[in-house]
Amino acid sequence: MIERSPLFNAITYLAMLIGLVLVLLPFWVVFIGATLSLPEVARVPLQMWPSDQLFQNISAAWIRADLGPKMINSLVVAVGVTVGKIVIAALSAFSIVFFNYRARMVFFWLIFITLMLPLEVRIVPTYAIAANALSPVQALLDVTGLTGLVQQLGGVQIALNWNLLNSYEGMILPLIATATGTFLYRQFFMTIPDELVEAAKMDGSRPMQFFVDVLVPLSRTNMLALATIMFVSTWNQYLWPLLVTTDREHFGTVVMQLKALVPAQNGTPDWNVTMAGALIIMLPPLLVVAVMQRWFVRGLITKDK
Amino acid sequence: MAAISIRGVKKRYNPKALVIHGVDVEIEKGEFVVILGPSGCGKSTLLRMIAGLEEISEGEIAIAGRVVNDLEPRERGCAMVFQNYALYPHMTVRQNIGYSLKVSGVPKAERDMRVVNVARIVALEPYLDRRPAELSGGQRQRVAMARAMVRSPEVFLFDEPLSNLDAKLRVAMRAEIRKLHRDLGVTSVFVTHDQNEAMTLADKLIIMNAGRVEQIGPPAEVYHRPASRFVADFIGSPAMNLLEGQFDDHGQFVHGTGGRLVVEQLNGVRRPGLRAVLGVRPEDVRRTEPHAPGAVSGTVDYIEELGSARVIHADVAGSRLVAVDASGVSLAPGAQVHLSVASGVLHLFSLESGQRIEQTH
Ligand SMILES: Nc1ncnc2c1ncn2[C@@H]1O[C@H](COP(=O)(O)OP(=O)(O)O)[C@@H](O)[C@H]1O
Ligand SMILES: [Mg+2]
Repeated sequence: MIERSPLFNAITYLAMLIGLVLVLLPFWVVFIGATLSLPEVARVPLQMWPSDQLFQNISAAWIRADLGPKMINSLVVAVGVTVGKIVIAALSAFSIVFFNYRARMVFFWLIFITLMLPLEVRIVPTYAIAANALSPVQALLDVTGLTGLVQQLGGVQIALNWNLLNSYEGMILPLIATATGTFLYRQFFMTIPDELVEAAKMDGSRPMQFFVDVLVPLSRTNMLALATIMFVSTWNQYLWPLLVTTDREHFGTVVMQLKALVPAQNGTPDWNVTMAGALIIMLPPLLVVAVMQRWFVRGLITKDK
Repeated sequence: MAAISIRGVKKRYNPKALVIHGVDVEIEKGEFVVILGPSGCGKSTLLRMIAGLEEISEGEIAIAGRVVNDLEPRERGCAMVFQNYALYPHMTVRQNIGYSLKVSGVPKAERDMRVVNVARIVALEPYLDRRPAELSGGQRQRVAMARAMVRSPEVFLFDEPLSNLDAKLRVAMRAEIRKLHRDLGVTSVFVTHDQNEAMTLADKLIIMNAGRVEQIGPPAEVYHRPASRFVADFIGSPAMNLLEGQFDDHGQFVHGTGGRLVVEQLNGVRRPGLRAVLGVRPEDVRRTEPHAPGAVSGTVDYIEELGSARVIHADVAGSRLVAVDASGVSLAPGAQVHLSVASGVLHLFSLESGQRIEQTH
């Protein structure tokens, strides 16, 4: 047990306070910055109390960065990736935990290894696939000589092509595989007693029925926790959307637009508008966390069943 | 036609370890069969092979004349009650009971009606909208039973369903299960390691030991004519006295350090020189006067007080002899006692195989 003394308590609170200030200070600066007028924001040192320009700055930022459509893009991508991740993670964990097949451990380790290969590491091959999602199939046909065979027999050149660049699919699909999510689900599924699975079998439930009727409802808290993490991390994705979209006009996300909000090299240094833009952009994930935090904590810590 | 035929069934979980060594059992329609044996002897494995939850390594099982080896559990017409109830924690009692009907596509109206009907039978009607976590152990057990009943299966399978209940509730549930079986008449197979449970419930007992069937028969027969030394030892409490020894030239049974028992009833099998195991139940060993015919003397080791009677553990010429005494005379450890064996109640088992040696009368 941890010793509790007034001194120790004081130290604990102090440490927490310092941590809190360190975390919250940048947000405070952003918020203050977003309320200032241009002359105020240019003053050194920066004032630490709010001014009255918040709504003007927000509307300026909204228009400058075209945040309306970009918000929609961000939302589509973040929701798409989150849903995709949860579905894939739950299904792959379902397969690994509840089915007894030879290659089970192989798949388990393959997924495990991908933990060490985040998107940033495999970004070039991933891009190549996104440019033509069917290229692995094409390669297979080429290697096996099927392409040549078909060309000789039918006179048709097989050239499969499915381009994912500049599309929502391209921004979503390559991100939905998640080893972390699979592991979270696996841990949860392993706590399901065998008897429950057998009871469902005796009741006549087929595997997918068991998944939908029993596993999904039981894993609700895990799912919400996972959804929270995944939504926030996808919302904040910068590199991948930047790479797969050349058509920023139609497919840009809000995080990509941050750049458009930063004052140009020798333009007006209106950092107040930049801060207001940043404030808008970080609002949705903040809201999601605020709404979900109750389940979030429960899903990650306790096993309530 | 038997409701369940088990023919030459073997089970191995891995190529080397045979867990069930060939079981042959016929279970008649409407019978309540109890599989009894020490823990780890393969009772659950056998039951699970009937249910379809475990593959049958060798032999075949037929339910209602149809070989089910390759059928899925849902196709076998069995319902099962599990030791830990295995209720769906997120569903209400109503949904738990009705789940099998929902899965098989029974329309909602009919489903609700059938759920309410079985809930009434097991007195669960007031709890239909609760979740399992809001029920007591006995109520959960009844939900598990209702869930098994709702499909009107051909066979009920129970795997130690009462072992998580406290002693009093266990006895009550036992009576309830017995009554349900009387009312519904569904063929039932019940696994337990508790002999009281087995004796009170069974029409037919199957005694198992280490993956083999030791004896099949009605409880009274198993009690009065145990087919092997194992069964004799396993059934009955306090356990049967089993004395290893040999018949002398006068047909007396010599045991321990030379103690002799007069065993006239064993005429016909007491060949001089035959080595065997002599069994007699503690309730058939009486305290007697020192000079009564056939009395042997021993020293009291200790006394177990049961309230209505006392169990005397005595040392008789190096062998342990246990007797049940209802006389109320107090005895201290170390005291001399004289015991005699009632006639007509001796059992004899082969020393090598442990099989019963039949007595000719
Ligand atoms: N899934 C399994 N894999 C390997 N061995 C098992 C498995 N299930 C049971 N066994 C073994 O089979 C034997 C019988 O088990 P079980 O049927 O559960 O016994 P009981 O129900 O009579 O206590 C035990 O020795 C047990 O260790
Ligand atoms: Mg068992």
